[in-house]
Amino acid sequence: MKTLGLKPLMGWLGAAALALALNAGTALADPTKVGFVYVGPIGDHGWTYRHDIGRKAIEKAFGAKVKTTFVESVKEGADAERVIRKLASTGHKLIFTTSFGYMNPTVKVAKSFPDVRFEHATGYKQAGNVSTYMARFYEGRHIAGLIAGKMTKSNVIGYIGSFPIPEVVRGINAFTLALRQVNPKATVKVVWVNTWYDPGKEGAAAKALIDQGADVILQHTDSPAPVQAAQERGVWAVGQASDMTHFGPKSHLTAIVDVWDGYYVDRTRAVMDGNWKSGDTWGGLKDGMLAMAPYNPALPADVLAMAKQAEADIMSGKVHPFQGPIRDQAGKEKVPAGKSLDDGALLSMNWYVEGVQGKLPK
Amino acid sequence: MRFRLEARERPSRSLVYGTPVLAVALTMACGSVLFAALGHNPLAVLHAFFIQPIDSLYGLAELTVKATPLVLCAVGLALGFRANIWNIGAEGQLTLGAIAGGGLALWAGDDAGPWLLWAMMAAGLLGGGLWAAIPAYLKTRFNANEILTSLMLTYVAILLLSYLVHGPWKDPDGYSFPQTRMFADGGMLPVLLSGTRLHLGAPIALLAALAGWFVMSRMFIGFQIKVVGLTPAAAGFAGFSVRRLTWITLLAGGAMAGLAGLFEVAGPIGQLLPSISPGYGFTAIIVAFLGRLHPLGILIAGLFIALSYLGGETVQITLGLPLAVSGVFQGMLLFFLLAADVLVRYRPRWTTTTTAGAAVAGEAD
Repeated sequence: MKTLGLKPLMGWLGAAALALALNAGTALADPTKVGFVYVGPIGDHGWTYRHDIGRKAIEKAFGAKVKTTFVESVKEGADAERVIRKLASTGHKLIFTTSFGYMNPTVKVAKSFPDVRFEHATGYKQAGNVSTYMARFYEGRHIAGLIAGKMTKSNVIGYIGSFPIPEVVRGINAFTLALRQVNPKATVKVVWVNTWYDPGKEGAAAKALIDQGADVILQHTDSPAPVQAAQERGVWAVGQASDMTHFGPKSHLTAIVDVWDGYYVDRTRAVMDGNWKSGDTWGGLKDGMLAMAPYNPALPADVLAMAKQAEADIMSGKVHPFQGPIRDQAGKEKVPAGKSLDDGALLSMNWYVEGVQGKLPK
Repeated sequence: MRFRLEARERPSRSLVYGTPVLAVALTMACGSVLFAALGHNPLAVLHAFFIQPIDSLYGLAELTVKATPLVLCAVGLALGFRANIWNIGAEGQLTLGAIAGGGLALWAGDDAGPWLLWAMMAAGLLGGGLWAAIPAYLKTRFNANEILTSLMLTYVAILLLSYLVHGPWKDPDGYSFPQTRMFADGGMLPVLLSGTRLHLGAPIALLAALAGWFVMSRMFIGFQIKVVGLTPAAAGFAGFSVRRLTWITLLAGGAMAGLAGLFEVAGPIGQLLPSISPGYGFTAIIVAFLGRLHPLGILIAGLFIALSYLGGETVQITLGLPLAVSGVFQGMLLFFLLAADVLVRYRPRWTTTTTAGAAVAGEAD
């Protein structure tokens, strides 16, 4: 080719323009990428499983308009920052980091990616592009407490705690207050297992509590082992995070189920519509961020009615699980009658109410 | 025709270096079948696993950040393993190093001088070393098995850290969550390359590997370690003190693990948390053996294992492969590596004889 005619040049330009236009076209149709960082494997129950159900809800709601990505079993610590940054730098516009230990890495990465939105579960640090979200699981603990108070014969309740953080202490207290509201003689024994997930330890803790006379087992850990132990020994249990009925159909009274679906869909829609705003969401039963798993058919009609009524009353705001009067273990009045604890006090709770046995590890 | 393994007179020199290559090739082949069966283009997966994580300066920096604690721990452990001193508790020594050095950073607060970082490193070395001194004492004084004592002390160390971050060292403004305050800038390792997390620990890990090589190949103590490991009786005749070597290797291994722990909390993490390591101290045992207990081999093995973690994350993010698949892939790699090792000491043979005495690997050993 000696001379460059105008015609082919025009042709190339045309092709280039077309390519550009096509590129722009695909850019418009590019799905919104949403990333998830999970602290455990997904499995078929528990904390991470429920977050993954929320992820699937996003896919169902938006179909081809979204693309979701997840990374499982990311350790809290040095690894988290790398994974979050990787998601942010590979085109994800919204990233959910679903464990408390991801807080500082999330905030750090968010600083270098101002156009990416971050949602951190259970933490307390927000920024212009970092929101936090959490569910008021203590509302479910209240209902579990009412049921346990009616069902216990030994008046001893066993409670398996993970770590003595405010979230778990709040659950124990909400449960105990409701328990003693219907059964003032009942007390709660707590065993700390220092893990979120360890079937061996949780099962052993459940058995130890049953041996000490507990006939209802509560857990703030993720494995089904306590429910299974309760089934084996013929006592009651309350499941955690997801419906655990199939692990112990006879023992399983109900479970406090995490429901992230609605929140995840809403936040994704906000990013797609361009009206996402940073905030702190602490949703309860009325927001649909938690739900009670189907109640055991063996519950007497009056207990079932009481549980359903409590659900309705919490949703309507008639009942607050931390209504005064509330006394601490020493019998000192912490909240007078007619008052209830505010969110600040709930978020930093580090004391036991009356009726919990043992000392809170500090 | 029978297939049998015949012991070599001496380990094959070429295969010592050849088997890792063979193992990697076998892993690639089997991995490709696995990826293809899952409906992915094997080349794309291998690219995402091995190339993508390190195709940028940031990626390379992350690789060294991940490899640093592995190399530090493994170099220290290898000293002991060479002398048949089985320190399994590097994870605990790492934790104690983090507690000692991190505690110093918390105590010093905001306006400490430049001495702080050096003092923290010294504290890290000391913390890890002292934690390893317990199994050393129990071994030399009571002949207690160091495998058990060092392993059990790991759980003690982790619970001690848990106690501190849930209790006395808890961040007063942290809503009672189990974590300390963030360290002040003076208590953080300087970042060597802006825009990355590459910290001072990486070059120090490199130096540690070089120092480990120097000790093992150029110093009398390294010779003693090797002799004790290979032929304890000869070491006895030569008058080498096993007792002294037990102390030295455990203290050195503990100190280096402690330093690794300090680098983690003063580097990428920046505070003390209930869990500061995803099991580096245990993974380092694999790294040490993968590197054939040779400090420079450990350097390569550490980078390689680190890459396999990064690759596992990348294929999850870019290709949506579940974590279990990369776990299987990593497992295959280690399996082939260890399985191929048999060729270093045994020769495969096809024989026509079927005598009852046909040697099997176990008998020939």
